[in-house]
Amino acid sequence: MIKVEFLGPIGKSPIEMEAKTLADVSAKLKEDNTLTDWLDKCAVALNDTMVNDLSTVLQDGDRVSILPPVCGG
Amino acid sequence: MELYSGPLDTKEIFGRWLDEQAESNYGAYIPFVGTIRAEDDIEALSFDIYEPVLQKWFDEWQEKAKALGAVVKMAHAIGDVPVHTSSYVSAVFSPKRRVALELIDEFVEDFKANAPIWKYDVKHGKRIYAADRSTPMNGAGLLK
Repeated sequence: MIKVEFLGPIGKSPIEMEAKTLADVSAKLKEDNTLTDWLDKCAVALNDTMVNDLSTVLQDGDRVSILPPVCGG
Repeated sequence: MELYSGPLDTKEIFGRWLDEQAESNYGAYIPFVGTIRAEDDIEALSFDIYEPVLQKWFDEWQEKAKALGAVVKMAHAIGDVPVHTSSYVSAVFSPKRRVALELIDEFVEDFKANAPIWKYDVKHGKRIYAADRSTPMNGAGLLK
């Protein structure tokens, strides 16, 4: 199992899922209508390191963070 | 990197940073202060921060600065920051001014684009995500 957490204004509780790669995570999150407006704008971190490749392989216990558009300062 | 609950004590922070580097032989010290402006009837801005990714982002900037013989510093507020107070300060120290002037520009712009911080307007005590002023981070849309 891996854990997916939604940061900042997304306002959604973390979920756990079975996923071998980030592509699997993408497929599962796309089934959730509450995320439709977010996924195309959000960046992704795996265990707190930013990632850019859907084929990234996931291990049991990994934590995927979904980061919406930012505005510090 | 320093994170505070509520508005920043800018004079204390800048003074302390200056004291810390007093003997470091830097010829230039360029501070930047972000102050909350009164506009659109807001009472305050409010901020969420994801510290683990922010720390990594900042560590990379420290490495870039170090390669140029410079030092970058930053402090940011978490939670509500009333108008006319400060939510963000940063600074660059470098041996000569040109490096510091260029670095503060790049550092603050990349901060706006890629530091994992989310801003909300506070109106009538309610937090409203500042969606129209926010920027998707590098790599956004991976899961779409």
